[in-house]
Amino acid sequence: MKKYVKVIAVFLMIMALVATLPGCGKGPTVTINVYNWGEYIDEEVIDLFEKEYNINVNYETFATNEDMYVKLVSGAGKYDVIIPSDYMIQKLINEGMLLELDFENIPNFEYIDNRFKNLPYDPENKYTVPYFWGTLGIVYNKNMVDEPVDSWDILFDPKYAGNIIMLDSMRDTIGVALRKLGYSINSTSPDELNEAMELLMEQKPLVQAYYVDEIKDVMINGEAALALTWSGDAIDIYLEGVDYIGYAVPKEGTNLWFDCMAVPATSQHKKEAEMFINFMTDPEISYKNTSYVGYATCNKETLRRMQEENPDITEMASYWPGDEILDRCEVFNDLGEYQSLYNNVWTRLQAK
Amino acid sequence: MKNRAKLLAYPYAVWMAIFIVVPLLLVFVISITEGNVRDLGSLKLSTKSYAKFFDPMYMSIIWRSFYLAFISTAICLVLGYPVAYIIAKEKVSRRNGLLMFFLVPIWMNFLLRTYAWMTLLSKNGIINKFLGIFGIEPLNLMPSTGAVVMGMVYNFLPFMVLPIYTVLTKIDKSVVEAAMDLGAGKVGVFLKVIFPLSIPGVFSGITMVYMPAVSTFVISKLLGGGKELLIGNLIEQQFTVQGDWHFGSALSIILMVIILISMLFMPGNDTEEGGASMW
Amino acid sequence: MVGKFLQKVYLSIIFIFLYAPIVVLVVFSFNDSKSRGRWGGFTLKWYADLLKSSEIRSALYYTILVAALAAIIATIAGTFAAIGIYNMGLFGKKVMLNINYLPVLNPDIVTGIALMLLFVSMKMQLGFITMLISHITFNIPYVILSVMPKLKQMNKHLPEAALDLGATPFYTLRKVIIPEIMPGIITGAMMAFTLSIDDFVISFFTTGSGVSNLSIVIYSMARKGIKPSINALSSIMFVSVILLLILINKRQSKGAESNIEKIR
Repeated sequence: MKKYVKVIAVFLMIMALVATLPGCGKGPTVTINVYNWGEYIDEEVIDLFEKEYNINVNYETFATNEDMYVKLVSGAGKYDVIIPSDYMIQKLINEGMLLELDFENIPNFEYIDNRFKNLPYDPENKYTVPYFWGTLGIVYNKNMVDEPVDSWDILFDPKYAGNIIMLDSMRDTIGVALRKLGYSINSTSPDELNEAMELLMEQKPLVQAYYVDEIKDVMINGEAALALTWSGDAIDIYLEGVDYIGYAVPKEGTNLWFDCMAVPATSQHKKEAEMFINFMTDPEISYKNTSYVGYATCNKETLRRMQEENPDITEMASYWPGDEILDRCEVFNDLGEYQSLYNNVWTRLQAK
Repeated sequence: MKNRAKLLAYPYAVWMAIFIVVPLLLVFVISITEGNVRDLGSLKLSTKSYAKFFDPMYMSIIWRSFYLAFISTAICLVLGYPVAYIIAKEKVSRRNGLLMFFLVPIWMNFLLRTYAWMTLLSKNGIINKFLGIFGIEPLNLMPSTGAVVMGMVYNFLPFMVLPIYTVLTKIDKSVVEAAMDLGAGKVGVFLKVIFPLSIPGVFSGITMVYMPAVSTFVISKLLGGGKELLIGNLIEQQFTVQGDWHFGSALSIILMVIILISMLFMPGNDTEEGGASMW
Repeated sequence: MVGKFLQKVYLSIIFIFLYAPIVVLVVFSFNDSKSRGRWGGFTLKWYADLLKSSEIRSALYYTILVAALAAIIATIAGTFAAIGIYNMGLFGKKVMLNINYLPVLNPDIVTGIALMLLFVSMKMQLGFITMLISHITFNIPYVILSVMPKLKQMNKHLPEAALDLGATPFYTLRKVIIPEIMPGIITGAMMAFTLSIDDFVISFFTTGSGVSNLSIVIYSMARKGIKPSINALSSIMFVSVILLLILINKRQSKGAESNIEKIR
């Protein structure tokens, strides 16, 4: 028995040594750290990049923008490419946490559809290259809902009590209430937020639960009639071969979200980071990636190819809501010091 | 011997100073200041975060968390003690194996197991489908407070069983035999001999279940459908979504203090024998 | 006899309760659909997918490595510390124990962020070492919590007797004290291992440089949905552990039998 213990101990120590030796045996290549959402990339694409450019990639994942922010900001994480969402990008830019990109190194940027350039959070498009985008909408079960789903009101309809799922995401759920009341999803008025809070409190007894990714399974299982969720989830549900679930973007307009690639100010490999970003924006690679992840692409060429090869997907509202609705959409911005107003609403809502 | 023996504790004392005390001091400092945490120069002393706590809403969240943790711990004790007892009474050759089989499930990732419970408990989930075979209406098992408690019991049960089991196995059999020879019935033997001797283990078990149960947040998020806001969720949100580190730190310090105080009232708190206890 | 039967029934119910979710996990690892709600048909594709995912493989590697190392180091350090604390005066004991329990008291997130702040202010690069240190830090209290009751249970006169009989303190430690408290040590080790294997929050905030563990990978799939290859991985782990246990059990009982033979 003692012998086994000794053997295991030695083995573990060797493993530990190997783990701590930085980049041992990998030669004089550069290593970049990429920080992305979970399940948001086709891993083969990373391998392809590594082979083509002889640059090593350390790939890490996070679950929320805020988790990523904490790691980035505390100086704890040294990342070269990060893929945050719109309002977080704005926050990072305001705090000087992002490097201006040298677009000479990112020629593939020309493939990005113009309507995804110069977005509100990066008006001169100096810091980011869009990755995926989508809308916030309502996923509904066609067997349980026989009226047209075209307004936020339906999520507050007592007829569906106990069959409504809202998002466990502060900005999104509060944003919906604000929108229903006709206000901006970026409202900073305490009165408007109070109204939104009252509305959400009234709604709470009707809500079965506040979920994030669990929404998909709940809907597929027929356990709820309506759910507030992102377009990407709707695409996922469709790809499961489920035809009794539909997606709609309410006529009042909604949130338009973007996840983009950016380079943190603490990066020490800016050039290699830009090479990665450029690589991801290559139409071939982008197509491969978007096919795996399922979310809507920002790349013109890739979209064209998707439309040719997968027209059923690209015609769905979850992929392309149509220009009319897009005009009535807003992008989240960073709340800055007004954050505490929202915090208060959210805590009160959950605590009730 | 005693003098030399206590030297063994000194290296750990140093470790604790660096990795437990200092970080907590950092948290405490953040709790009594306000300003941008990233810009140390902007910090100034303030009790704003503590003052914020005295809102009935937060008090009720804390109360609820302690209440649920208390119930879960009690259930863990009631369910877990018999398990420890039964396994401890088995033949020596069998019981280690049994214990290991008991532990294996908790080595599977906790998040995955919680998701699996969702699959089991949901409206059209496995349990309801099973009940449907007998024509029983689907029960609304989840999301609910009951589901959260069950989730907590499920997660922490082994931590209650292990210490009790450890202590039970080493109870001197001859003491038990002596009691029975002296005329005590089975129940008497248990109540007056076995249980009292197992109290150190019970206490360890309670400690290892109660404290994490108070600060859990995943279980309430998933099995409670996000409708059950516990102090763990609140603190987690302060450090992430809501970005108010000062308040989050204050809440943590307050939580710690309340737990320390409540441990004062715990049974089995003997420090005479050098107990594994607080105060 | 009824008593025995009831006991067996009770244990079985508890075991079913504990294993039910695991069974669900394993079954769904063969599900052709990504959804937890639907059965799409039987498939082995998620197992094949495991071989392709380097992120999951790397996470698995670090998960086991950190858990095993942290458990071993924490157990050794914790046992010695517990013995030391046990022999301290009342005041020292109280102070040590109370500080020791702070990581147990605190919500994970506070411990995680506190440690992260410490590492950053010490200008340490976050990675394997910092994650390991953090795991050891939150493991040791549980080891001490397991060992202390056994120390209290131990007959105080035993080590005294050994010393009187001429044993050196170190010998006493090795041959008298440690065997007496061994169940507590093993319990502590198992608990430390269990806690490390599953830890998310503390690991998340104290790691970096591409070092991740399974829990972090799984949690970060939370927005998009958990890939069943994780189920596949868990199933493999589960089956391996069960097989290992059965093997160990068989060897132990064979060993016991051959011992009995020898005695005869």
